[in-house]
Amino acid sequence: MSDITAQPALPPPQARPGTRSLDVAVMTIVLLALWQAVGSWTDGIALTPPLGTLAYLADLVRTEMFWGNVAATLGAFALAFVLSAVFGLALGLALGLQRFAADVAEPILAGFYTIPKVTLYPVVLLIFGLGASAKVAFGVMHGLVPVTLMTLGAVRTLPPVLMRAARAMRLTAGQAMWSVLIPACLPDIVNGLRLGFSLSLLGVLIGEMFSSQRGLGFLLVNGLAQHNVKLTTSVVVVIVVAAIAANTLMLRLGNMVRPTAGR
Amino acid sequence: MLAIPVLALEVLCRTGVVDPMTIIPPSDMLASMLAQIASGDITDSMEQTFSTIAAAFALAVAGGTLIGAAVHAQPRLRRAIDPLLASYYSVPTFIFYPLLVALLGLGMAPLVMIGVLSAAPAVVISTLAGLDGVPPVLLRVARIQRLGRARTLWLIVLPAAMPRLFSGFKLALSYSLIGVIAGEFILSGSGLGYAISFAYQSFDNRAMYGLMLFVLLVAVLANGILYTWEGHLARRRVRG
Repeated sequence: MSDITAQPALPPPQARPGTRSLDVAVMTIVLLALWQAVGSWTDGIALTPPLGTLAYLADLVRTEMFWGNVAATLGAFALAFVLSAVFGLALGLALGLQRFAADVAEPILAGFYTIPKVTLYPVVLLIFGLGASAKVAFGVMHGLVPVTLMTLGAVRTLPPVLMRAARAMRLTAGQAMWSVLIPACLPDIVNGLRLGFSLSLLGVLIGEMFSSQRGLGFLLVNGLAQHNVKLTTSVVVVIVVAAIAANTLMLRLGNMVRPTAGR
Repeated sequence: MLAIPVLALEVLCRTGVVDPMTIIPPSDMLASMLAQIASGDITDSMEQTFSTIAAAFALAVAGGTLIGAAVHAQPRLRRAIDPLLASYYSVPTFIFYPLLVALLGLGMAPLVMIGVLSAAPAVVISTLAGLDGVPPVLLRVARIQRLGRARTLWLIVLPAAMPRLFSGFKLALSYSLIGVIAGEFILSGSGLGYAISFAYQSFDNRAMYGLMLFVLLVAVLANGILYTWEGHLARRRVRG
């Protein structure tokens, strides 16, 4: 469990709202400068500098090839994330409510979280065959565990008084789950979903990088194979920007549910 | 508890419900793993992979701790890199691997780099958390005892921050292991990850499952050792 909870978003030390956006701006400029430096140092052979990448990207987004690959990745990822979220939530709630099952499952899940799952991708391919379903399954393998573990942890550390209150009010199991358990665990659940989001994306991309003819992961490796570093750099930029945007959105969402659920 | 699914898989494979072209019986995986270790076929791959992971882990721990300490001492710098740290792990770090190969060539260097890139931020984050968690009263005690900077660091700060630092090291090990093996698996010419993908591509299921079992056992063992050690540290701390 500690493996996951040890990675919280750091609380900014006494940050005033005005300086925060300035900090982000400064950081972005430093990173861009670094990118430019490495790019020009290698003459753009290994890494295309920012402006060159933007120019290439502007052309790239006008091709059908690019959007076809985006659609392939997005489709597989959306399915993987939804499956991870639904099954992770169900599994976490079910396990969390039973002490024995949770005691047994937690170390196994935590162990599975830390092993290199890439090595298991051939098994996934043998079972599901080459194609979209293998990518989805691999994404679920990555995304399911954090959602389950965070939900399980939230249910187990729930103040007992809440469930006692639910029993005192004679709520049925369904009512108790819907109006007590889930709202109380929501901040942790959103956090788990955030982790599941980035990890199932990683799973899908690794699947595409290893063996696939479509998708952004395929483009990454293909760009390298064809000595088209512009393509690889552009795809990296697209993924990084999309991932950070999604993460920021989900962090906001997590902060929104916190005040009402914590008390 | 894991014995039940393993036994079930064994029975399913032996009775032919599961096609041996898909999954081989667990006992065969074990036999294949032991045979490959004994024959020395994978000794080179093992050396290659483990030294790469060791290099990545050492660099991530040393670099991450130093960066964490430096950033902790500069609140202004810390506020600047804070958003970076907060969103770092939302980006699938592994997508940088093809760029690293383009930058550093195919070999050990990009693998070490991807291991460090996956692991070091975890160490930085836990170093910051550990240093934040040092109780101010301990630092006052150090000042009363007139300890120098080095001795304060060694006798007060390090022991007080150790539990959090250690959980960062634990993450760093599993992240660098995952990064390096994933790199070998996707794009490289040697190492255990490469051996698995090579066996897959040449339809050598027996060798592939033996190698997988080996890698997974090593990963579980390494994480288990650190986990136990962490528990040991925590207990010693409680006893004082």
